Formats: sequence, C-alpha cells, structure tokens
Amino acid sequence: MLGEGILKGMAETAKNFVGSYFSAERMTTVQYPEERITPYEAARVFPFLVYDSRNTADPSDWEAGMRCVACQICEKECPPKCIYIDKSKDKKPDAIGKPQFYPSRFDIDISVCMSCQICVEVCPFEAIKMDTVYELSTDDRFGGLLLDREQLAKSNEYYHRIHPTEAAEVDDRLSEGRAKTDAKITAGAIAAAIRGAEVPATAKAATKPVADGAVEDDAARAAAAKKAAEPPTGAEN
Amino acid sequence: MQGNMDQIFVLLQHWLMGYLPMALQPLAGVVLGVVAIVCVFPALFALTTVFERKGLARIQNRIGPNRVGPFGLLQPIADGIKSLTKEDIVPLSADATVHFLAPVVLVVTVFMGFAVLPMGRNMVLVDLDAGLLFYFAMGASAELSVFMAGWSSRNKYSLMGAMRAVAQMISYEVVLLLSSVTVVMMTGSLSLTKIIEAQNHYTWGLPHWFIFTPWGLAGFVMYAIAATAETNRSPFDLPEGESELVAGYHTEYSGFKFALFFLGEYLAMFSISGLGTTLFLGGWSAPLAWLAWVPSWIWFFSKLMMSIFVFIWMRGTLPRLRQDQLMNFAWKLILPMCLLNLMVAALWRFLGEGWLRWVVCSAILIAAYAGMSLNELRRKQIGPRRYRYAE
Amino acid sequence: MSFVFYLLATLTVAGALAAVLLKNTVHCALALTVAFAGLALLFLDLDAQFAGFAQILVYIGAVAILVVFAILLTKGSETPKDGVFSRTWVAGLAVAAAVFAVLAWAVIQTANLLPSSAPAPTVTVQQIGQALVGRYVLPLEIVAVLLTAAMIGAVIIAMHEKDGVK
Repeated sequence: MLGEGILKGMAETAKNFVGSYFSAERMTTVQYPEERITPYEAARVFPFLVYDSRNTADPSDWEAGMRCVACQICEKECPPKCIYIDKSKDKKPDAIGKPQFYPSRFDIDISVCMSCQICVEVCPFEAIKMDTVYELSTDDRFGGLLLDREQLAKSNEYYHRIHPTEAAEVDDRLSEGRAKTDAKITAGAIAAAIRGAEVPATAKAATKPVADGAVEDDAARAAAAKKAAEPPTGAEN
Repeated sequence: MQGNMDQIFVLLQHWLMGYLPMALQPLAGVVLGVVAIVCVFPALFALTTVFERKGLARIQNRIGPNRVGPFGLLQPIADGIKSLTKEDIVPLSADATVHFLAPVVLVVTVFMGFAVLPMGRNMVLVDLDAGLLFYFAMGASAELSVFMAGWSSRNKYSLMGAMRAVAQMISYEVVLLLSSVTVVMMTGSLSLTKIIEAQNHYTWGLPHWFIFTPWGLAGFVMYAIAATAETNRSPFDLPEGESELVAGYHTEYSGFKFALFFLGEYLAMFSISGLGTTLFLGGWSAPLAWLAWVPSWIWFFSKLMMSIFVFIWMRGTLPRLRQDQLMNFAWKLILPMCLLNLMVAALWRFLGEGWLRWVVCSAILIAAYAGMSLNELRRKQIGPRRYRYAE
Repeated sequence: MSFVFYLLATLTVAGALAAVLLKNTVHCALALTVAFAGLALLFLDLDAQFAGFAQILVYIGAVAILVVFAILLTKGSETPKDGVFSRTWVAGLAVAAAVFAVLAWAVIQTANLLPSSAPAPTVTVQQIGQALVGRYVLPLEIVAVLLTAAMIGAVIIAMHEKDGVK
C-alpha cells in the first residue's frame, strides 16, 4: 500500500528518539572537553625523546638518561625537515658507560611535522618515539609550536604507559643488545686471558723479561676487561 | 475563574486599552494584538529551532546542542547574535533593491497570514468574513519573494533553485486550496471563527472535528502533504537542500537577511499548521468535552506544537524527493484524490445523518486510495537491480 | 474621495507608470505587481473583500509569477540595447489617450446615473457564491470549459515540443 514505508520509517525514528533517552549505548557522541576517546595503541601524533631513569638520586633527570646521541640521522631523514639538532662539544656516558655525544639542542617544529614516523623508524638508538598527545594548541604564534629538548623528553615509564607492547619490545631489544655487548666483552676478556696465559708458555724459551712484561700487560688487560664487564650490570639496575 | 484564564489575554488587552482616550481605543487594541503576535511567534520560532536540532539529533542517536543554557535552550540567542554580527555580503552584480526587498516581502506576507488565525476564544486579530481567502492570498504572495530572491542574486543556480521552488509551491498551492475547500463546503463559510464554531460540538464527549470524518481525514492528510511542500520542508526541501548541494535561492544571502529567510520559513510553517488545526483539528476546542476547562489558547498552541513535532519527525525520517518526483506526486496522485474528496464531501452532505454516509464515503475513499497505490506500484516494476560493468 | 483613496490611487498609478518606464524587464514586472496590489487595496477600501483577496491571490500569486516566468524563459530579461521606448511613441500616445477618453466618458456617465447618497451594498461571499451558481451559472460553466481547454492546449503544446526535440 502506498505510504506503508513512510509509516514504518516513522516508527523506526520514533523508536530511535525514545530509545536515545533510555539506552546509553545508542548514543555515539563523545562530549569533548569532559570526555575523550582513548587513543588506540598505535596512535601517533608528534615525536618525543625517550629517557631512561639512570640517575638513582633523581629519576626524572632527563639529561642524564636521554638515549639520543645526536647522530642526526632523524634530522637528515625527516621529509619536511622539522628537526633541528646541535651536537654537543663534550661527551656523556650512555647506557653502557661508553662516552657519547648528546644533543645540546633538539627542536621539533610541530607545526611542520607530518607525523610520518620516519624519524622513529631510522633511529638506531630507540631514542625518539611517537607520542599521543594532541591538545598542543597555543596562542604563542612564534615559539609556541617549536618544542625543545626539555618539552620533548619523556620517561621510559611514560612510553610504557602509552605504547605498552612497543615499549616492552624496545626494552627487550635494548637489554638483548646490552647482553650481547656484555657477552662480547667477557668473551674478549676470556680470550685475552687465554692468550695471556699461552704467550708466556711459548715465549719461555725467548727472553724472560719480555715474557714477564707481556704477561703483565695481558694480565692488566684481562683485569681491565673484567672491570669493564661490571658497569653494564650496574647500569641496567 | 476558568473563564478568566481562558480570556486572560483579551482582558489584558482591554485593560491596557482603558488607559487611552475613547477615540484611540480601537487602534490601540489592534496595535496590542499585533505586538503580541510579533513577540510570541518569533519567540516560538527560537524555541522551535532548538527543538528541531535536539529532536533531529535524538532521532539520529546523538545529542543535539547542549552547551548554551540548560539542555541547550539558549542556543537561539547564540544563533541570533551570530547572524546579526555576520557581514552582509551583497554580490557586486546583484540587483541591490530587489535583493534587499526579497526577505522583507517574505516576512511581511507571512506575518500577515497570522492576522486571521483564531488563537483562542475571541482571540482573532481581524475577524474577516473571507478569512481563509485572505490567508491563501498572503501565502501566494510569499512565492513572489522566493522568486525575487533567486533572480536578484544573478546566479544561475539561485535562479534555477528559485524557479523550482516556485513551481513546487504553485503545484502544491492547488492541493492546499482544494483540500481546504471541502471544509468550506461543509461549514458554508470562509470565516475561520465560524469554521471552529462548527467543530466545537461534542457527541458522547467526542468532538466534531473534521478530521474524524472520512473526507476530513483524507483532506487533512493531503493538506499536511501540501503544507510540507509549501513551506519547503523535508521531504520537499529541494530548493533548500540545493543550498547544501549546489546553491538555492537564498545562497547569496548572509547574516541578517538569511536569518530573515529562515524566520520567514518557520513562521510560514507555524501559520500553515495553525490553519490546519483550525480547519481540521478544531482550532482552540478541547479534544474531550470534560477537558474544556483548560484555556482555549493552550489547546491551540499545543496542537500547533504537535504539528511542528510531526514536521520535525518527518524531516528526520524521509529522504528528499527529486523535483520530477514531487511534481508527479502533486499532479498525478494528490490532485485526483483531492477532486474525489470534494465529491465525497458533497455526498456526505447529501446522504444525511446516519451510519450509511460513513460507510459509503469511507468505502469510496479507501477503494480509490488502494486502486491508485496498486496502480503506482505495478507501474514501477520494482525488481532486483541489474548492473552493467565496463568491458 | 478620502485620503486613503488618493494614497492608493497614487500607489497604483506609480506602479503602472514604473512598469512602463523602467529599463529592466523584471523590474517592470515587479512594478506591475505593485500596481496589482494597489488595485486590490482599492477593492478592499470599497469593502469588496472577496474581490480584493481574489485579486491578490490570482493576480499577484499567479499572473505576476506567470509574467516573470515568461520573461525569464524567453530572453526578455536582458536590457535591450536600443532603449525601451519605441520610435512610434506618438501614435501609441494618441491611441492610449483615445482609449482613456472613452473609458473616462463611460465611467462619468455611470457615475452620473447612480444616486449619490445611497449606501454601498455590503456583499458577502455567500451572496457572490449564490449569484455564481444561480444567476451566472452559464458564464461560470463557459469559463470552466475555457480554462480546461487552455490547460489541455498547454499540455499538448508541451508534449509536441518534447516529441519535436526527440
């Protein structure tokens, strides 16, 4: 019959109207400043710099624990060139105690950044990751959208909070890397010790004082290697 | 006491008139009535814009505006401030005088239509003998303003939108008039107060509203369809919807003039609903005899607001009709039904009182409706779609 | 001859003059609408309610729109380059003056015949209706047939044009 569809449609909309007052799952509205949609795990907005809490006295000391070594790969790979890095003149010890450069200036212009994540993909030190904060609007037209080192540095715990799976993977990789480095150093120390032990045996027929000096050098090297194997375990704590 | 509540506005008017000398009193009375209409209906318009947005939102499973005021009820104030402070852009090649006059003509003619609506017992601004004719005369003049708006913008899309709007309004004007003529036939008068008086009787507590008769129900349905088309409401809002798609007759208007068009459209909706309630729903008479203690103007305005809610409901339910579809609908479907309705109404009168006329008239109308709907559906050949793909 | 009559008469004549003298055709159509409105108000001034409202409904609501559509659908909406006044305006003026003279003579003649102090009869819509279907039923039916013939003619012309285009 003519008009049947219209009446069915009107019944449907009436059901919607009445139902919207009684069942909360019908309403898809998220009323913005009071409620927010939680970003899903792979969300990305702008980069941030990860720091580990290496300073036991002050866990939020980002300067001591920043992973970035100012290799400037991300600056070169960034497509809109929104990263500005200045390498430092001195060196600071990194996660395994090795002295590394650090960025004395690391600015990202977030009005230019296009969130492509290339800087994250190319960083060899897992130092720069994507953040999920989007409420970054400011009325300072000139410097407000140029984030500097301090604003960009966020702790590893924060990284775990926003991207738990990714952070766990990164931590595993980093500790694996450190374990490998440890193993290499201890293997080197053992090999050096073995070589130190062999040389005096073969060089006994040769000049004795030279062999003593060689043994002492090797022994000193083995002792130094053993000492070097210790700090990584200290740093991982 | 009930009589006083019912006549409170009339008493208020007479009391205010009493402060003036005898010579000026009739003029003062009319001016007070005009002031009342000019204040009440735009306020109702403001409220309706919020209700429309909230109603449509709830129908679409979302919350409407809820930031300004409790439940968003002060939203029209924000909208009003916005439209008053927007820049009034008149295109360089537009015809400035006609561009300016178009919204003015619209609002003036629509306000004139309110002058003959009886909003309560003894609450008509002007009790004209040919009140219905005056109302339709003002409605017809509103079409001219639509055309003026579209033409003066010097924009071919505006012009096309305006021509389509005028064509639609003219076609449905015929339907509107014919469905009202049945009511005039039964009451024998064009005066709206007499039409209400003819409906203000009760049998076994039920009222004699014209909608409760077969020809009245058919007439009311056709009147409602024609009213939605006359005021360019969904599903007939192609002139307006084109503003969203390409352009419409009010595309070159911004700021306050656009607000005036908006106001004119909603006021036209109110006045046409008011006329519909007067003709078919008994105007200010109560639905049941024992409810007559409620003031008459409350009944009128509640029936008016119910019609507005039905308009909003239809808007949320139906998709837009294409121009050729709506013209077909008017001339091929509704107009024959309207003419048949006229004859059925005449038959109703000549068969005299009794059950026979109910049966005969209902049978004729239902048979005609069923026949027409089967005919339409058969011609449509609705079947599964066949797709043609590029080779 | 009251003040209201003079005001409405000025409005009507101004509208009619503007309809003839304006350059833009659509402006002329709108000025004609003003003249129609003036006529309707004159009817209302004479207490002829039905005639006044029917004038608004039919003339402004239908004829004016018809005129405007006709202007738009033909190319009349552009301002003609040679100016709006024809070169044979003297002959036109003479003809118009002659017609005016005849009409004025007819009106003055009937005005002389009417008793000057008779009150104007109040004609209700009901009386008009009864007259239409009583005394004037034959003209009513003829006008109905004429309108139907006009509508059928319009439909046939439109249909033939469509076939012609195909």
